[in-house]
Amino acid sequence: MEWETVIGLEIHTQLATKSKIFSGAATAYGAEPNTQACAVDLGLPGVLPVLNQEAVNMAVKFGLAIEAEIAPYSVFARKNYFYPDLPKGYQISQFELPIVGNGHLDIEVDGVTKRIGITRAHLEEDAGKSLHEDFHGLTGIDLNRAGTPLLEIVSEPDMRSAKEAVAYMRKLHELVRYLGICDGNMQEGSFRCDANVSVRPKGQKEFGTRAELKNINSFKFVEKAINYEVERQIDLIEAGGTVVQETRLYDAAKDLTRSMRSKEEANDYRYFPDPDLLPVYISEAFKAEVLTTMPELPDAKKQRFKDQFGLDDESTTILTSSRETADYFEALLAASGCEARLCANWVTGELSAALNKAGQEIADSPVSYDRLAGLLKRIADNTISGKIAKQVFEAMWQSEAEADEIIEKQGLKQITDTGAIEAIIDKIIADNPGQVEQYRSGKDKVFGFFVGQVMKAMQGKANPEEVNRMLKDKLHG
Amino acid sequence: MYNKTIAELAEGLRSRQFSSRELTLAYLERISQHQALNAFITATEDLALKQADAADAKLAAGDAEPLTGIPIAHKDIFCTDGIRTSCGSKMLDNFIAPYDATVVAKLQKAGAVMLGKLNMDEFAMGSSNETSFYGPVKNPWDLNAVPGGSSGGSAAAVAARLAAGVTGTDTGGSIRQPAGFCGITGLKPTYGRVSRYGMIAYASSLDQGGPMTRTAEDAAILLQSMAGFDEKDSTSVDRPVPDYRAGLTQPLDGLKIGLPKEFFGEGLSSEVASAIEAGLAEYRKLGAETVEVSMPNLKLAIPAYYVIAPAECSANLSRFDGVRFGYRCEAPADLTDLYTRSRGEGFGREVKRRILMGTYALSAGYYDAYYIKAQKIRRLISDDFKNALSSVDVLMGPVAPSVAFGIGEKIGNPIEMYLSDIYTIAVNLAGLPAMSIPAGFASDKPVGLQIIGNYFAEDRLLNVAHQYQLATQWHQLTPPGFE
Repeated sequence: MEWETVIGLEIHTQLATKSKIFSGAATAYGAEPNTQACAVDLGLPGVLPVLNQEAVNMAVKFGLAIEAEIAPYSVFARKNYFYPDLPKGYQISQFELPIVGNGHLDIEVDGVTKRIGITRAHLEEDAGKSLHEDFHGLTGIDLNRAGTPLLEIVSEPDMRSAKEAVAYMRKLHELVRYLGICDGNMQEGSFRCDANVSVRPKGQKEFGTRAELKNINSFKFVEKAINYEVERQIDLIEAGGTVVQETRLYDAAKDLTRSMRSKEEANDYRYFPDPDLLPVYISEAFKAEVLTTMPELPDAKKQRFKDQFGLDDESTTILTSSRETADYFEALLAASGCEARLCANWVTGELSAALNKAGQEIADSPVSYDRLAGLLKRIADNTISGKIAKQVFEAMWQSEAEADEIIEKQGLKQITDTGAIEAIIDKIIADNPGQVEQYRSGKDKVFGFFVGQVMKAMQGKANPEEVNRMLKDKLHG
Repeated sequence: MYNKTIAELAEGLRSRQFSSRELTLAYLERISQHQALNAFITATEDLALKQADAADAKLAAGDAEPLTGIPIAHKDIFCTDGIRTSCGSKMLDNFIAPYDATVVAKLQKAGAVMLGKLNMDEFAMGSSNETSFYGPVKNPWDLNAVPGGSSGGSAAAVAARLAAGVTGTDTGGSIRQPAGFCGITGLKPTYGRVSRYGMIAYASSLDQGGPMTRTAEDAAILLQSMAGFDEKDSTSVDRPVPDYRAGLTQPLDGLKIGLPKEFFGEGLSSEVASAIEAGLAEYRKLGAETVEVSMPNLKLAIPAYYVIAPAECSANLSRFDGVRFGYRCEAPADLTDLYTRSRGEGFGREVKRRILMGTYALSAGYYDAYYIKAQKIRRLISDDFKNALSSVDVLMGPVAPSVAFGIGEKIGNPIEMYLSDIYTIAVNLAGLPAMSIPAGFASDKPVGLQIIGNYFAEDRLLNVAHQYQLATQWHQLTPPGFE
């Protein structure tokens, strides 16, 4: 039988606010345990939550970016369950009336564009962390993370393969980072994914029973976990079994999923509106205000780079892969005044390679856009060749020197003095009569040999166009 | 000294008739003398004297705040920095709050001296002060009777002259009913008028702190320093606080008083009814006119309240889990054991009953039938009040169907106990301000007259109460043995 996979994702993005969603404590990652938890985060008797407006702004920004309905009226609710790292015994979340309603995101897989529905996105607070190691059989509780704002983004079950799921996840990751609402750091848990996976015979309308895969925290693991789970479900059904609705945990080390709890064991969260918080009202005027802070989004930027600069699909994809890369490219373009193609080639080529090798982000690039602009200008005005430029770039990466200083100091200026070039050409023609004969009898390929000899003799500094022109003249002699 | 009102004491302190230290010592002595009342859970002698000395220095320097040097006490539901805040529960018997509630901080800033923390029903759940882990409080008017609850210690302390004025909280009548039972003046402000920050939550959408004092004038003085917007409480209302004392002198000519007929029907004891009738007659003498109004949904208030309040409390009390603070059971075997025994041993019966009721009401499959239904009733009751208050200035009626009942009389019968709040609970559901003022006696025990006003009409309520107190003596009487 042919099977169809159905996938929906729930993604928790940690919002990049400075303070927590309901308290003034800082959200910075990695502090000493319990140093960033105030009375409100600890859930002390008598404390009350106060909503951080910045979290609302970010949620609305996200909603507008996915063309979603922004709820004019949304409500915080208490989700009740006991756990040691949940200080109040309930999590403040949104249930019946989330701040962001129906929206969508377009993904591209194998050249085909597909629209993935987003059911909702709601604001909530994160819990703390239970630390089970290093406490000799006891459990430590770190509440630094308690109260960190999260936006939980729930998709429709619109994805039909692990590949689509990963494409959606990447697209969303790119979007929240573009919007500046999430740092996207997956190691630190800023962007976490749960996947609802089911299978059904191809052509069947009803969904199969789904399993929820918890906390799969890399693009690679999402793909592997889904693929494993799909295979497990198909094998199970084909062997005469039935899939049960349950929560399963992905074990990355063993590359398999295992049951965590069944539907029967699921908590009754007893949601009800939190009486400590007022409903959130969003006006049209407020939306319009947020819209003015909206950056150009990835799809629009990519299209503009194509239209405005005539760049191809491959380089625009790389250039718009992050807001920082696109910003770097446009700043470089403005500062250098060079052709877009030249700038694009350098950003997607030398610069990207160097950053990858060093494991650095473009925002922290050792060669800033204005220093790189200094280099590209010298290519454009023929002071140096592209080949020499790579050598200069390497030197720039290692030092803080400007391109001009390096060119000057290392004497890399291109030689355009025709007299000097002519002398060398004459010498090489005289020293290689055999090759001259070959060329003149019609073996054009030998031309390259002459160019190489000249450049070698001039340590690469001769202007290639000038060398070509003069060589042709002399050889045709 | 201790028989004076806050207004008189402030005057005496300013004119140096006595010092705050002398006054504070006098109250501390009475607190220790009348320990049998069990009004205080914690007396803070050293702190009180330190604050009194500081107050005397300010008074000498001539830069006194409105309450400088006035000894007050707080219901033990308000967090006090560095001092045990028990909420009347074994669960918090060892809890030293690391911060001040906004109300505590505001009164301290206004110069008040804190004598200690007052007994109360456990987590404010009760109408008789009998659910307290620290034992019942006795009513100064009859040592065999309850003082009412949940602010029983607060009411008894004022009646017995153990503090010049105190704070209380009112979720379903917890300021007004004990004020009525103990013959003092109590004010439950409009929901949102006084910050709830640092006030340990019972039912967040109903809880409201307020003053409990001898007179309406004193209530105005305390409320002046307690009220106001607090950025730490999203449900507090950002609205200017009027000068409550300035409005007290307005005559009552033409005041229209609505009498909800549902407040005077079956269940009301005839002796309370006649005391209330006498009180209303006094108002008519002062120039007021009374008209009957009807609020058909009032009978639904108790069932609605006993869904909403327990639902909210079932979540509010989840933080008491033995993990971070408060009571933890001995040698827990595992996490579940830690939770179940810490909570099972730390909470009393009434608290557990309400947590269970609330948990049930919020459970899947029951939520619509209970919680949602109760919210609809709440809206209907608010509308009833809105209608009634559209044609009259204030509503009046009894605070409770009977006078203070005997200790042990109703504790075994929760339904009967719940019914003692029948006239007060609806006011909390609507979020309106209301007062209880002494209006006579029945069987030698005080009767409270309830005055209910429109949203943020505390100034009007205080005015209406004050004018009555200018014409009557009920609020001046001291329980025998406490003169």
